[in-house]
Amino acid sequence: MHDMRRPTAHRLSTALHARPRLRLYGLLSLPLLWMFGVYLVSLAMLLVTAFWTTDPFTSKVIPGFTTRNFENILTTSSYLNTAGRTVGIAFLVTLLCAVFALPLGIFMAKVASARWRNFLAMAITLPLWAGYLVKVFAMRISFGENGPVNWLLDPFGLSGPGYGLPAVVLTLTYLWFPFMALPVYTAIRQIPPNLFDAASDLGAGTWRVIRTVVLPLLMPAMIAGSVFTFSLSMGDFIGTQFVGAKVQMLGTVINQNVNLNPPLAAALSVIPIVAVGLYLFAVRRTGALKEL
Amino acid sequence: MFHLSRTTKWALGLVAAAILTLMYAPLLLVMANSFNDAQISSWPIESFSLRWWERAIESQAILDALWVSVLTALGATAIALVLGSLAALALQRYSFFGKNAVNLLIILPIALPGIVTGVALNNTYKNILEPIGIHVGFFGLIVGHATFCVVMVFNNVQARLGRMNPRLEEASNDMGAGLWTTFRRVTFPGFRTAFAAGGLLAFALSFDEIVVSIFTAPPGVETLPLWMLNNMARPNQQSLLNVVATVIIIVSMVPVYLSQRLSRDVSAN
Repeated sequence: MHDMRRPTAHRLSTALHARPRLRLYGLLSLPLLWMFGVYLVSLAMLLVTAFWTTDPFTSKVIPGFTTRNFENILTTSSYLNTAGRTVGIAFLVTLLCAVFALPLGIFMAKVASARWRNFLAMAITLPLWAGYLVKVFAMRISFGENGPVNWLLDPFGLSGPGYGLPAVVLTLTYLWFPFMALPVYTAIRQIPPNLFDAASDLGAGTWRVIRTVVLPLLMPAMIAGSVFTFSLSMGDFIGTQFVGAKVQMLGTVINQNVNLNPPLAAALSVIPIVAVGLYLFAVRRTGALKEL
Repeated sequence: MFHLSRTTKWALGLVAAAILTLMYAPLLLVMANSFNDAQISSWPIESFSLRWWERAIESQAILDALWVSVLTALGATAIALVLGSLAALALQRYSFFGKNAVNLLIILPIALPGIVTGVALNNTYKNILEPIGIHVGFFGLIVGHATFCVVMVFNNVQARLGRMNPRLEEASNDMGAGLWTTFRRVTFPGFRTAFAAGGLLAFALSFDEIVVSIFTAPPGVETLPLWMLNNMARPNQQSLLNVVATVIIIVSMVPVYLSQRLSRDVSAN
């Protein structure tokens, strides 16, 4: 009865019911249109722009085709050094995150009570959402000349690292740590407890169990976490700007050129895209990407 | 049986406590500093006052930025709720060629560094659309935010749909309910809390976002994080920055806490 009053809607519903493919296209069309039209097209146009030139006087882009921007990057040692430094920092940050995530994950999954476990899971998730800039600001204050780090270390006759490369690495580790800690903790919880029992019943000590049972089973989760820690470090420039003193990362150089020389900025952006792409490709076979 | 020795347990506990302290100390420092009476916040805090909070509430620039942030986050969340749910329904209920590629495409905006997304959109707005006379303005900022927010709704709704019993929908169809009726009375109530949880996460993600905002906000439009960025190098604004940072921490963390509660209540049932 209800449907009789709305014959068109009824016919549409019947037609869709009979054709699951049509239903699928209906569901997919809007999201795909957006992600393609807005995002992929923009990424593609960025790649195209990398082959354009800029009018040096007006900073207006001129369409065309030249590989000059890429040649410029590949022959300028400061760009190459910056790219190398950025990849190095990204790896170091990833490593530090993994090193801290492992004991925390084991504690949460194997030592803490159920109540504590839930509390801790929430506690390591929340800072992820406190805001990137807020955390950079907090680190800037912490490492400042009269900041709390120096205040804490002063009684021991020590002083903090100040602004510079170590502060950048520590700040990035602080920023992205939850991305590693959460999947590692989840993965440790998912390892069947009897695997731990079997290993120790067969005589393996704690470290041996961790090294030969836990770590190999954790690899997919660590890799899933590392995609974020690596990729997010590759693109950072604000953290570097505020705690890095004179340290430059790729993001710094891209940001400097966005308005002055957009094609050069576009060509420079290809480096993190390629680095992240290579990284995803290298870890694809571990099956970790399904955990993202 | 596997068991950790007392010493190992204590050592692990100490490491865990140290990590948590390091995670929260900087945030608590900023929050405490917002009540620091000093003009240039020095450590340790010598006297407390509310005067910077009062100053912040009186600042038109901060209030404007707060309004822009809320508006942007609401717009981006609305778009993300629609697109994320549609994509989740499609990927969870159907198998088709290119399914993994679609999945990757939705995750990509948060897997690639924000600067890449930002520069790509900036390039499209300024070097492609503007020369042909299209000025995206404020809408460009919302579009940028929505693009990386979709994944939040998508992930939550998809996970919930996977746990729902598909027989319920079949039963509803068999008993004569149309597609829309089934969606409205069976499917949607089933994933309603995941929909809300995803929306809250999208809001929080957009509210404190900075990198994409730098490249997509039109001239003169400041979100709260952009206001922070533009004032961070000015020492005499330090105290107001502490207040704004505290507001951002609270406004982003509360929705996430609620979202986790929503997700947990359902998995407990």
